[in-house]
Amino acid sequence: MEERAYDAAVIGAGAAGMAAALRIAAAGCRVALIDREDHLGGILLQCIHNGFGLHRFNEELTGPEFAERFSGQLVDSDRIDVLLNTTVLEMQSEGPTKSLLVCGPDCGVLKLTARAVVLAMGCRERNRGNLGIPGTRPAGIFTAGLAQRLVNIEGYIPGKRVVIVGSGDIGLIMARRMRWVGAEVLAVVEILPHPSGITRNIVQCLNDFNIPLYLSHIVSRIVGRDRVEAVEITPLEAGRPDPDKTFRLDCDTILLSVGLIPENELSKAAGVQLDADTGGPRVDARLMTSIDGVFACGNVLHVHDLVDWASAEATRCGDYVVAYLRDGVSARPQGRVLPGANVKYVVPHRYLPDAENQFSLRALIVKDIGTITVKRDGKLVKRRTLRHIRPAEMIHVKVRPADVPVVEGADPEPLEIAIE
Amino acid sequence: MKIPVYDVAIIGAGCVGASIARRLSAYQVDVALLEKCVDVGFGVSKANSGIIHAGFHHPVTSLKARLEIRGNLMFDQLHHELNFPFKRVGILVVAFSYEQMKAVEQLYEQGVRNGVPLIEVCGRDRLLLLEPKLNPDVVGGLYAPTGGIIEPYRYVFALVESAMRNGVALHTDFQVAKADCKRGMYTLRSTQGDAVRARYIVNAAGLYADEVSRLLGAESFTITPRKGEEFLLERSAAGFPNHVIFPAPGRHTKGMLVIPTVEGTMMIGPTAEEIEDKEDRETTADNLDKVFASAMHMVPVISRREIITSFAGLRPVMEGNDFFIDVSAEAPHVIQAAGIQSPGLTASPAIGEYVKDLLKRNGLTLTEKTHFDPSIPATPKVRELTPEALAGLVREDPRYGHIVCRCEAVSEAEVVEAIRKGHATLDGIKFYTRAGMGRCQGGFCSYRVLKILARETGLPIEAITKRGDGSRIVIGRIGARTQE
Repeated sequence: MEERAYDAAVIGAGAAGMAAALRIAAAGCRVALIDREDHLGGILLQCIHNGFGLHRFNEELTGPEFAERFSGQLVDSDRIDVLLNTTVLEMQSEGPTKSLLVCGPDCGVLKLTARAVVLAMGCRERNRGNLGIPGTRPAGIFTAGLAQRLVNIEGYIPGKRVVIVGSGDIGLIMARRMRWVGAEVLAVVEILPHPSGITRNIVQCLNDFNIPLYLSHIVSRIVGRDRVEAVEITPLEAGRPDPDKTFRLDCDTILLSVGLIPENELSKAAGVQLDADTGGPRVDARLMTSIDGVFACGNVLHVHDLVDWASAEATRCGDYVVAYLRDGVSARPQGRVLPGANVKYVVPHRYLPDAENQFSLRALIVKDIGTITVKRDGKLVKRRTLRHIRPAEMIHVKVRPADVPVVEGADPEPLEIAIE
Repeated sequence: MKIPVYDVAIIGAGCVGASIARRLSAYQVDVALLEKCVDVGFGVSKANSGIIHAGFHHPVTSLKARLEIRGNLMFDQLHHELNFPFKRVGILVVAFSYEQMKAVEQLYEQGVRNGVPLIEVCGRDRLLLLEPKLNPDVVGGLYAPTGGIIEPYRYVFALVESAMRNGVALHTDFQVAKADCKRGMYTLRSTQGDAVRARYIVNAAGLYADEVSRLLGAESFTITPRKGEEFLLERSAAGFPNHVIFPAPGRHTKGMLVIPTVEGTMMIGPTAEEIEDKEDRETTADNLDKVFASAMHMVPVISRREIITSFAGLRPVMEGNDFFIDVSAEAPHVIQAAGIQSPGLTASPAIGEYVKDLLKRNGLTLTEKTHFDPSIPATPKVRELTPEALAGLVREDPRYGHIVCRCEAVSEAEVVEAIRKGHATLDGIKFYTRAGMGRCQGGFCSYRVLKILARETGLPIEAITKRGDGSRIVIGRIGARTQE
């Protein structure tokens, strides 16, 4: 079997993988960038709406435009080998060398070796089975991302009367998109008392089109033998379905936008330790997983709401990979980072007292104004007032060396980040 | 158009009809296999739990038990010839009280009387050794190592493929609407407007065997669907057991099971509920709760978070508690194979043999073919290959290197093979190749499979269905006038 050696291999050429690969190559390293699809950019290419790049490029771009900012440079780089139509079947770690077994119609079966691997596989969509929505199993049930692919890339119309289950961002975007292809969108049904997607999308995709959003409602039954014929929708009263208030909407299509799951089957099989709250790998302050030399960034690490944040995280990850390739595993001590009150998770799971640390966290509560607190050993080291706290909107916190003065000789104490 | 004439027409291409067809294909007779759905095995068999029973559940005085025990013994050879997934993982029946233990002991005694090989009663320690994930409150149980698991739809696909290689004619989309018999020759007409003629008719119509029997002028009986809901859990699920685990038996059913599938996923269920509608395959929230409660009582580490899909199957239940397999007393040259509920899958190879003998006794001349080929060619599956073997295969045919379904590692070549063998719907491809059967449930591969289907069949994507008429995936193209 043919073998090829690289400094780093990046798995997944979506927003995160492209940014990481470019950053690593910019430091002079040889990179393999691998993707299953026949194009660079991953899911960005089917996101033909705008709203991308406001943070990263200070411009409003569509998904394909955002991808082009990276893909052109990637193709031009003589330090990056792009392997498209290529699936990673297996990852193994043998001491400092990682090996990937890959296959594709063009490259055949290859063994790629690299000193560092970046996991950037993104995520998959939760589906009807995961939720256990009762009823029949007809045609006409799609995850929102699949419907987006069918409409925006393949050019097909999934159906004419649509109910959207879940108010995740892709579902909201698809509500508007389905209207634009001439379909009726009858309802967006959300189990939680607040939307799962970001406010911008609620306004621009639902409110602007008078699409009703049913909060604290569930789809309690799918009806239809061959093709979807209707759904039954039941309101929740004090968290329990109230069957007496069930109503029926006749429709031919159901789109599910009920959450994303980091796609970590490859990581799991390789022995990478995962975090139950994020569904992604547990990573240290340099985004390195439990396996030395294996890093993770973007949606495979934790689900982001803006591609700009995934891309920025990947660029930081690229820097950490370069440092690792140069110096190996750093001996500088790291402290643990713990989610405090009202926080679902904080990524990364460790911090470096003598560096700038950028944390991403998710709130468990809805609050219009609150305070983010960072405590070390129970003592407040940083606080910041925050408006518009929503589980759907990721929060970023920076902790600098000035905030957490190093105590010589002692192991860094855990940081706890909370919302009060 | 000239109506094709056969010696035997078998109505229903589920595991029973397919077994009969395959058995008859060894003889010099012309056989038609008629299926009302778009693909074979799409009725009762598709949602079968896939258990090959050991033979201790029914008294040996019943036809059911005799065919079950004989059928169990036939699976090794069939597996060898037809390459469908099959493993003798063994069956456990577990008891959580001394009362339940009494029921287990009765099963054991019945098993011994039935001649079930190697069956044993286990104490708590031995059970926990065999199945460490069992609830430690278990008191004891029964172990039948000859029980096993198969992929029921792939078993049916393989039987039909083998039958067709040996000359059986398959007519899908053939729902029998009318039957006449003149001078010993039956004419069967379908709702879809086709017709076949045959001298002998085998009624293996599953849920609709009662209606088919009436159309043939044969016995009058009623098939009542008994619905079973099941839940599929992902690969490497925490609760994946070593054996098929049964609870101590209830009055009517074998109870809700914990099942390791041959492909590495796991199933829990089924429920058992008498219903009226023969097409009612709904699943409900109550039954989800019920199945999980039962399964988690036996294997506490089973987690709801690992569900990838749910489905419901319908068992064709008939009055009396036995299979009805016999020469019709009312219509000439009709063989009934009705009321084949559990353990019908296990019994199916023996039913094939039994029906062959009934046909012979009823006057059909059966001369063995000199060139009967019992095997079908093994086709490579990427997920089963070593890297070296895959490398060689991709060099010969690059489509093996194009992974269409990431969750189950299914290549384009495997999808094309499924289509060429006649499985030209999304579900047909899913059940033949496993593309779309994994944890993402087709989220990533559906559009790829649609495109390959369109390319291979020449159909527009708008015409492609999930499982036949009325189940189209998309309704039109952007820019084109949308179709109704």
